[in-house]
Amino acid sequence: MRLALLADIHGNREALDACLAHAARQKIDQFIFLGDMVGYGADPLYIIDRVRDLQAKGAIVLMGNHDEAAGKGSLDNMNSYARHALEWTRIQLDEESRAYLQALPLYHVIDDALFVHADASSPRAWNYITNASDAERSMRGTDRRLTFCGHVHRPQLYHMTQQKPAVLFIPQNNTPIPLVGQRKWLAVQGAVGQPRDDNPDAAYSVFDTMKQEITYFRVAYDIETAAAKIHAAQLPQILAARLFIGR
Amino acid sequence: MAFDPKTLPQFKAVQENRRRALVREALEVGSTIDGFLIEEKIHSGGMATLWRVKHPDISVPIVMKVPMILDGDDAAIIVGFEMEMMILPRLSGPHVPKCFGVGDYARQPYLVMEHIEGESLLARIPDAPLSAEELTKIGARVATALVDLHRQNVIHLDIKPSNIMMKPNGEAVFIDFGLSRHLQLPDLLEEEFRVPMGTGPYISPEQVLRNRTDPRSDIFSLGVLLYHLATHVRPFGFPQAQSQLRKRLWRDPVPPRKLNPNLPLYLQEIILRCLEPNPDERYPTAAQLAFDFTHPDSVKLTERAYRLKRASLLTAWKKRFELLGVNEQPKQPQPAHLAPAPIIMVAVDLSDGMETLAETLREHVARVLTTLPDARLACVNILKLNRLTINYALDQEGRNIHVQRLVDLKKWARPFGLAQERITFHVLEHADPAAALIEYAQSNNVDQVIIGARANRALRRFLGSVSSQVVAEAPCTVTVVRLPAGGDDVTL
Repeated sequence: MRLALLADIHGNREALDACLAHAARQKIDQFIFLGDMVGYGADPLYIIDRVRDLQAKGAIVLMGNHDEAAGKGSLDNMNSYARHALEWTRIQLDEESRAYLQALPLYHVIDDALFVHADASSPRAWNYITNASDAERSMRGTDRRLTFCGHVHRPQLYHMTQQKPAVLFIPQNNTPIPLVGQRKWLAVQGAVGQPRDDNPDAAYSVFDTMKQEITYFRVAYDIETAAAKIHAAQLPQILAARLFIGR
Repeated sequence: MAFDPKTLPQFKAVQENRRRALVREALEVGSTIDGFLIEEKIHSGGMATLWRVKHPDISVPIVMKVPMILDGDDAAIIVGFEMEMMILPRLSGPHVPKCFGVGDYARQPYLVMEHIEGESLLARIPDAPLSAEELTKIGARVATALVDLHRQNVIHLDIKPSNIMMKPNGEAVFIDFGLSRHLQLPDLLEEEFRVPMGTGPYISPEQVLRNRTDPRSDIFSLGVLLYHLATHVRPFGFPQAQSQLRKRLWRDPVPPRKLNPNLPLYLQEIILRCLEPNPDERYPTAAQLAFDFTHPDSVKLTERAYRLKRASLLTAWKKRFELLGVNEQPKQPQPAHLAPAPIIMVAVDLSDGMETLAETLREHVARVLTTLPDARLACVNILKLNRLTINYALDQEGRNIHVQRLVDLKKWARPFGLAQERITFHVLEHADPAAALIEYAQSNNVDQVIIGARANRALRRFLGSVSSQVVAEAPCTVTVVRLPAGGDDVTL
C-alpha cells in the first residue's frame, strides 16, 4: 500500500490542490491527513469539503490542535495570530463542520505504524517535536515501530534503538528512505499549507508499506493567490508574508 | 478519544520478544521462508551465515545472507546488517550483487542476492608480488567498479581483498556493504558508534578520524590493496589497537619499489598517490584513477614515482606534531555523483577549413576549465580510416599522419597552459568517428563531452552528423559548440 501523508494544511487551498495533483501521479492507495486542516489560511471550508470527500473514499483524517480549537472554540495556548485566524475560521464554519472537527480521532494505527498529529506519548498535549529528546519521548510513548506526525512544519526523521538515544536525519527530497531494521523511526512531516523550514514549497510524503520506504516531496504552488486571499480576508498580514519565505 | 500509553506494552518488552523470535526461528535445510527454499549452508562467518537458496520465480543462482544475532550486545552486527538492508536494494549495475529480497527484521532478517561467480581478490594475495600488467588490470577494474558505486551515492568504506569478487568476465563486484555509507540515507553507523569503523590494514585516515562521507576513502583502501598485491607487504602493517590506526596519518609507507624493484614507476606513482594521508592529494575521483590505469603512458611521474625511502623520522614526527590538534569530526556529506573533478573530453576537428570552429571550441573549453580547477581534459581527434586505403598511416609527403595529428592537437591545446597531469591527447583511428567518440567517452568514464558541430547544411542534416549521433548516444552530458550563422569557414 502506498500512503500519502499530509499534515498541517492550515486552510491553504492552493497548496493542498498542488499536493493532491502531485499525489495523483504517485499511485496512492490511501490518504492520511495528520491534522490541522484549518487555521491561518483563508479556505477552511474548501479544505474540509475536499478532505471529507477523500474520507468518504477511505482516507484517514486525524485531529490537530487547530482543528480542536476551531471546533470547540477553546483558544488557550494560542499565539495572537493563531487566535485571530482561528476566531475568523470559526465564524466561517457551520455547526456541522465544527462538530466534525471536534469528533476527529487523535491517532490511527496500521500494523506497526502509528499516525498522530503531535507527540505520540501524549497526543492531546500537542507537544512539539523539535529535537532528539522530544522525539525519543514520543517514540518511547508507543509500542509501534513507526510513527508519522506533523505539527512542527519542518520535515525531520528520527530513529533510535533501545539502548541508544534518538538521532536526527534531515531527509532529502525525492529520495526513498527505507525505515528498516529493529529500530524505531519517527517521521515528522513538513507542512502542506505553511512550511517553516525556509523552503516555501508545500510538503508532503508518501510511505510505501510493502517496501517500508518513505519519500519526502516538495511541491511548488501558487503562493500569490493563497496570500492574496489571506489579505482579502483581513487576516494578520504575517500569515501571508511567511508563506513566501517558508518561515 | 483518550490515549493511554499504559495500555500499550513498552518498547523494551517488544524488543525482547523480537530477539527471542530471532533465536527461535533457526533456519534449516529444507525449510522455506517467503518462498525461498533453503538448500545448503555454504559459509558460516563471525557476522553472518550464507545459504544457497532457490525461488520458483528466480532463475539465476542466489544466496541468502542471515546475520548472526544471538544477543543484544552485537550492536555492530545488527546495525551493519541494517545498513546493508538499506543500501543493497538501492544499488544496480554490474559491480554489485543484484538484490532479490529483504527479510522483515521483526521476523527474520535476511538479504537474498545474486550469487557472484569467480573468486575474491583474497585468492590472489599468496601470488603477490603480481606482475605490473596484472596489477594495472586489477587496478583499472576495481577503480571502474568504484566509479559506478560512487555514482550511486554510495561509499563502500570497507574495500579489501575479501570484499571484491572478480567475475570470470573480468569485472570487479563489491560485496558486503555493512560498513558502507549512502549519502542520501541516515548513517546508522556514524550515529551509533564512537570508534572508527573499518578493517585495520585498509582503513583510510578520514575513517580513523570518524569522517564517513568522503568517496576518496575508497581510493585510499584500494591503494593499500594494490600495495599489498605489488609487494606482498601491507603498507601500514596489521594494527591491532585503535591507537595504532592513527599512525597512517603521519607516517608514510616504505615506497613499494624499494620492496619490489620490478614495479614500474607509474604504478608506484599511482599507489602512493592513492595512499596520501590528505584526501586532497589523492585522486579526486575514482574515474581519474581508472583513467591513469588505462593510460599508463600518460601518468605524470612526480617525486612519488622515484621515491626510494620513507620521509625522515624528523619529518614524520613534525607531521605527527602538527596533527596533535586534529580530532574526530563527522562532516556533512558531499554529493558524490556531481564529480568536482570531472573528466572532460573535447573532440577537436583539425581539418582544413575548420580553424574558426576549432578556435571557438577552444574558447568554450577554456571557459569551462576556469570554473573546474580539478577537471581533467582529454583532447581527442579522429583519424578517419578509409576502409579501401591500406597505406593510411602516411600522407603524400610520407609523414606519419598519426604523429602529425598529435602534434597539431597539442598545439591547439597549448593556450590552456594546463599542467601535464591534467591533460592528455588521443588520436583515435576509426572508420566511424561518432562510434569512436562514444566508445571513448564510455570506457573512460567521461563526465562531459564538448564537440564542435559543422554548419547545419541540408546535406549534413540528411546524412546525419557526428555531433548529433554523439549527443544521442554518449553516456554523459554533451555540449555542442556551433558557430553563429554565417560564421562557417567553408564556402559552398
